[in-house]
Amino acid sequence: MTIRAQIGMVLNLDKCIGCHTCSITCKNVWTSRGGVEYAWFNNVESKPGVGYPRNWEDQSEWKGGWELTKAGKLKPKIGGKLGVLSNIFANPDLPLIDDYYEPFTYEYDHLKTAKESKTVPTARMKSAITGKFKEKPEWGVNWEEILGGEFEKRSKDYNFDKIQKDIYGEFENTFMMYLPRLCEHCLNPSCVASCPSGAIYKREEDGIVLIDQDKCRGWRMCVSGCPYKKIYFNWQSGKSEKCTFCYPRIEAGEPTVCSETCVGRIRYLGVLLYDADKILEAASAKDEKDLYQSQCDLFLDPHDPEVIKQALADGVPQSWIDGAQNSPVYKMAMEWKIAFPLHPEYRTLPMVWYVPPLSPIQSAAEAGHLDQNGMLPDVRQLRIPNKYLANLLTAGDEEPIISALERMMAMRVYMRGKTVDGVEDPAVLEQVGMTEDEMNDMYQLMAIANYEDRFVIPTNHREYAGDGPFDQEIAFSARSECGFSFGNDSNTGAKKRTNLFGSQTHNNTLSGTPRKVSGDPS
Amino acid sequence: MADYVNTLFFGIYPYIAILTMIVGSILRYDQDPYSWKADSSQLLHRKGLRLGSNLFHVGILLLFMGHFVGLLTPHWAYEPFISAGHKQILAMTAGGIFGSMAFVGMVILIWRRTTQDRVRATTKFMDMAILLILFVQLVLGLLTIPQSARHLDGSSMIALAEWAQHIVTFRGGAAEFIKPEALIFKLHIVLGLTIFLIFPFTRLVHMVSVPVKYLFRSGYQIVRKRG
Repeated sequence: MTIRAQIGMVLNLDKCIGCHTCSITCKNVWTSRGGVEYAWFNNVESKPGVGYPRNWEDQSEWKGGWELTKAGKLKPKIGGKLGVLSNIFANPDLPLIDDYYEPFTYEYDHLKTAKESKTVPTARMKSAITGKFKEKPEWGVNWEEILGGEFEKRSKDYNFDKIQKDIYGEFENTFMMYLPRLCEHCLNPSCVASCPSGAIYKREEDGIVLIDQDKCRGWRMCVSGCPYKKIYFNWQSGKSEKCTFCYPRIEAGEPTVCSETCVGRIRYLGVLLYDADKILEAASAKDEKDLYQSQCDLFLDPHDPEVIKQALADGVPQSWIDGAQNSPVYKMAMEWKIAFPLHPEYRTLPMVWYVPPLSPIQSAAEAGHLDQNGMLPDVRQLRIPNKYLANLLTAGDEEPIISALERMMAMRVYMRGKTVDGVEDPAVLEQVGMTEDEMNDMYQLMAIANYEDRFVIPTNHREYAGDGPFDQEIAFSARSECGFSFGNDSNTGAKKRTNLFGSQTHNNTLSGTPRKVSGDPS
Repeated sequence: MADYVNTLFFGIYPYIAILTMIVGSILRYDQDPYSWKADSSQLLHRKGLRLGSNLFHVGILLLFMGHFVGLLTPHWAYEPFISAGHKQILAMTAGGIFGSMAFVGMVILIWRRTTQDRVRATTKFMDMAILLILFVQLVLGLLTIPQSARHLDGSSMIALAEWAQHIVTFRGGAAEFIKPEALIFKLHIVLGLTIFLIFPFTRLVHMVSVPVKYLFRSGYQIVRKRG
């Protein structure tokens, strides 16, 4: 057993209002640069829909994630190492930028400079790549916002697998939910596996997956390898970029920008301890439906004295073990079993988990009464089909989803009884197998959702970076590292205007016509 | 004067070109690793790339290896197995096949880069320059085939190989081997050396980063320790 720690995330979809604040704050911090205008490290999709990039979930088209060979061995779906290298000159599984959308801006200048005319001047759309006028956008990061577009197109959604979907196109039966998405910082990342340069790596201390920009050679295999399509190729720098889990903030004990700014307080961050030696075994479960459970089996109980002893021996700092014991992510995923991984069938063991959303009871509107299941309304009749959520979160296994929805429903019924009617009904607790303390805890974390309960992030311990614990040399040598430093530590590479080795080609301007960066002779 | 020019281009220029290539590449890798990349434009434009890029890369790499082995294998090393004449015919055939592959591929790539809006807009000066230089070099190379066909005894081939071997082993008088050869060979050599010279300043550097290490990675995952 080798114990490692990871900061995981849970998103409570029951409370997501689809405001896109996470996407906007993320974009402003990380991708408001040339070449990644089209890239959204965090985006919010309306489901059902085919999403961004188009149809990303369907791996028969994009070949992301892993597959089991006949011999039961795990292999990237885009091919083994030789397969990847044989496609290096032209990657057959690479999306085109139009599958995301062609980045664009507007001819704002025209609004100020247009001559007097009968009609109000307009700022027409221009491509940020070519600078030419475009008639209209064809796709976007949230094209299907609140069920935009025809059902026929949206119903190509991969999660409708094995569902009689036609009735959900009818107005009376329609349903929707939001799905905020970011890099999953997987335990078994297929982007790392498909990078021929070895530029992508998982950090041992907190599990964050990063791309070394100096080592990336732009072979673009990771874009195909990631089944969540959360690696973006910067078309100006020729390098791949991805969500960094805001590691500079995480290291300082602060939540990621998307979590910090979430107005619905739906995001949770906390430590999970896991057994790194069992990753391969867990990802190789024969039946896809077992993958959710096999991933849960990797996580270790941070209260178990044996686990604590081993974790300390493996170099996990005590503050991280404390963090794991108070981790909201551990509580939701492991203790209450209400959070699930996104598409476990990709076999990447993702570490951003989701609490499925409740929805109105379907038959209530029709019959004027609620069907009861024991003390609770019947969650099988929720407007969002259980099977749809199961296809999204448990590779199609409905039982864990139903149990989670029942617990959330029970929380509402129990707390309503307690605060409105003044009755604490133990039968409700009994039906979902929870104690009064657990229920109060869950209510505190999910309904009240205080900042310090949502984000339990121990700071990074640089002193553990050496060979033994508490290597003081590291702190010593790191003092005054940046600022008036020796050499050219702060070399910004291709950003320099007159760079011998190729510089940026474009800058966007107010007129919508990209300006060639001076210094480039072309 | 003719002697001077001959020595300049075939005795001195090779060292300038090769030295620039080596030192320049090391400096670039060291000082600006961020700029070291393949610079693919596949994300922006897909049509024709799969055929064009594969034909070009496979063709040009095999040509490169053919030149490398063909020029630098000493005569005595292959003599017991194949005569110079036969080796020349082999070189002409292989060169013709791979050259044609690269030719078709490059035509597609040049079409893409000159006529397709998105690729054109993101093309840097050196991208276009190196593409055209390689194309001219390829055409020159293909034109040497009819020239070689005029005498199939392998003598020209041996002279060129002697020149290359004298250069890389720092022996004097290398340029003398080139002097009597046809102009087309001389042009091909000078342009080839020029490609060496500008190598560090182009996207060609990505060929040094062929990810062979990937094949020897144990398992698939990479975990970096803190530090």
